[in-house]
Amino acid sequence: MGADAKHDEPPRWLDDPSNVRRLLRAFWVVCALIVLVDVLALVGVYDKHGHFRWEEWFGFHAFYGFLACVALVEAAKLLRRVIMRPIDYYEREGEP
Amino acid sequence: MISGLNPGFLLMAGALLIPLLPRLLRQGWLVALPLLSAAQLLTLDRGDRGEVTLAGVTLHTLFVDDLSFTFALVFHLALLLGSIFALKVEDATQHVSAVLYGGAAIAACLARDLVTLFICWEVVAVASAFLIWAQRTPRAYQTGMRYLAWQILSGLLLLAGILALVVERGGPAKLTGPLVFEALPLDGAAGWLILLAFGIKAAFPALHTWLSDAYPEATPTGAVFLSGFTSKLAVYALARAFAGQEVLVYVGAAMAIFPIFFAVIENDLRRVLAYSLINQVGFMVVGVGIGGLGVSGAAAHAFAHVIYKGLLFMSTGAVLFRTGTADANQLGGLYRTMPFTAVCCMIGAASISAFPLFSGFAAKSLIMVAVAEDHRPGVWFLLLFAAAGVFHHAGIKVPFFAFFGHDSGKRPPEAPWNMCLAMGLAAALCIGIGCYPPVLYAILPGPITADYAVYTAAHVITQLQLLLFSALAFCVLMLSGRYPPELTSTNLDVDWLWRRPGRVVWRELTGPIAANFGRLQALLLEGLPAAVSRAVMRPLRVDGLAARFWAMRTSVLVTVVLLLAYLLVGAVHAAR
Repeated sequence: MGADAKHDEPPRWLDDPSNVRRLLRAFWVVCALIVLVDVLALVGVYDKHGHFRWEEWFGFHAFYGFLACVALVEAAKLLRRVIMRPIDYYEREGEP
Repeated sequence: MISGLNPGFLLMAGALLIPLLPRLLRQGWLVALPLLSAAQLLTLDRGDRGEVTLAGVTLHTLFVDDLSFTFALVFHLALLLGSIFALKVEDATQHVSAVLYGGAAIAACLARDLVTLFICWEVVAVASAFLIWAQRTPRAYQTGMRYLAWQILSGLLLLAGILALVVERGGPAKLTGPLVFEALPLDGAAGWLILLAFGIKAAFPALHTWLSDAYPEATPTGAVFLSGFTSKLAVYALARAFAGQEVLVYVGAAMAIFPIFFAVIENDLRRVLAYSLINQVGFMVVGVGIGGLGVSGAAAHAFAHVIYKGLLFMSTGAVLFRTGTADANQLGGLYRTMPFTAVCCMIGAASISAFPLFSGFAAKSLIMVAVAEDHRPGVWFLLLFAAAGVFHHAGIKVPFFAFFGHDSGKRPPEAPWNMCLAMGLAAALCIGIGCYPPVLYAILPGPITADYAVYTAAHVITQLQLLLFSALAFCVLMLSGRYPPELTSTNLDVDWLWRRPGRVVWRELTGPIAANFGRLQALLLEGLPAAVSRAVMRPLRVDGLAARFWAMRTSVLVTVVLLLAYLLVGAVHAAR
C-alpha cells in the first residue's frame, strides 16, 4: 500500500517547528501547574488523604514519576548492551 | 434463551458453520454470533447450572456468578470487536479459529467443573495457534510451534493437577459430586501443578516468552484476538482458585516491572504491546494475590484491559495492514493520512496509562487502593513505578513513533471502514467506562459497589502528576538526545536459554532417540501399553493391587509421564 510523500501536499500545523515549540511550552506550563496544585492541599482546599505518609509530601507523585521514567530509560539502555542482537539472530545457526 | 447452555458452546458450534457460508452471509454470521451468544449469557441466572452427560461422565458445564459473568461478558465484547475488525479477512481459517478460541475461552470461564475447564483450556490452546500460523511464513510456523508447546505444557500440567487432586481427595471411588472448580489450597502437588498451569497462560516471569515471542508474529487481526483471551482467562482462573495467595502478590509485582525495560528498547510496536500486556496482567495478579478488593480490582482491570489492549493491537494492526510493518523505526508521521486510527490509538494509550476519564483509571485505581489498604509499601512503590513506566512506553512510545515523530514519508490510506468501526466502538467503550465507572463497578465480584468513589480530587491530581511528569521525562530525554534510538534488533529474553544452549544440549541428548524414532514410537505406542496392561490386569482383581490406594497414584504418574514422553518424542521428531 503506502503511497509516499507528495511534494504538493499542504503543510500541517505540526510541520511548523514553531508550533511544536509552542506546544512544548504549553506542556511545561501544565506540568508546573499540576505540581502547584499541591499548594491547595497544603492550605486545606482539598484533602490529599494518602494511605502512606509520603503520598502527602509536596509533589511526591510528580517527582516519583519523573525519576522512575529516567531510571527506566537509563536502565533499559544498559540492558540493551547485554541483550541486543541482530534481527535474524535466531535464524542464524551456530552463533553463540 | 436456552436454559443451562454455556454460551461458549454456542459459539464453538457456530464457528463450524463459518467455512460453509458464502462471503456476505459469513460476515453477517461473524457479527451475529457473538451477539446471539451474549444474549444467551445475559438471560442466564446467577448460579445457573448446565449438566451434560458424555459417555457416562456428567460434566457440569455452567456456573454463573459475578466473577465468571464479568469475564464472560468482556470476552464477548472482545470477540465482537475483533470479528468486526477482521470482517474483511478472506481466510476462513482465521475466522473459525478466532471464534473457536473466543468461544472456548468463554466456555472455560463459565465452566463449573475442572474437567470442562480442562477441555476448554485445550481448545483455547490449539485454536489460538492457528491465528499465528495463518501468517503462513516459515517464521510464523516456527513461532506457532513454540507457542503451542507452551500451551500444551500448560494443559498437561492442568491435567496432572486435576488427577493429583482426585488422588488427594481419596481417589475416584470417594468422589461423590463433580470436581468443582473453586478455591484450591496450595498445600500439595495438586495446587501447585494447577497454579503452574495457570501461571504459564498468565505469563508468569520466565514462563512468559511464548507471549512476547508469538503475539507480534500473528496476523494483523489475529493479534487482536490473542491479546484478549488467553492471559485474561488465566487471570480469571487464578482469581477463582487462588485468590488471596500471598505468592501471587510477589509474582505479580515482578510481572508488572520486568517487561517495561524490554518494552522501552523494543522496536516492533506489537512486541512493545505484548510486553506491556504482561505488565498489565502483573497488576491483575497482584490484585488476585491480595484478595477481597484486589479481586474486584483485578476483574475491573481485566475488563478494561481487554478493550483498550484490543484497541491498541487494532490500531497497530491497522498500521501493519496498511504499511506492511509495525517497526517503530520505519514508521512515523502517519497521522497525516490515518488520523482516525491515530486518535483511536491515543485513546487506547490514554486508557492503558490510566488517565482520568479513561477506563484504565477506573480499574487500576482499585488495585492500587487494595495494595495500600493491605499495607504493602514495597509492592505499592513497584506498581507505581510500573504505572509510570507503562505510560512511558505504551502510552507515549506507541502512538508517538507510529503516528508522529520522524516523518517516514509513508502516506497509507486510512484503515478500512470495518477496522475503523471496531476501533471507534472500542474507543467509545474506553471513554464510556472511564467517564462513568459505575457501569463497570455494578457487575464486579467482591466488595466493590456501583457507588464507589474513584474520582476524588486526591486520586485525580496525584495520577495526573505521575503521568504528566512521566511525559515530561520522555520530552526531556528526547530533546536532550538521551532517549535510546529505535533499532532493528532481536532482544534476547529468557527463551535464549532454551533456544540456544538448550537446543544444543537437547540435540546432543536426543540424537540417539531421533535416530531410532520409529522403534521408540512402536515401543511407546504398542510395547509399553501392552506391558502396562498386562501388569495392570493382574492386580485388577478385587484383592489386587489396583484396589489399594497407592496404585491410583502410580497410574496417575504413569499416565502423565507417558503423555510427557510422547510429547517430547514428538518434539524430537519434529526437530529432526
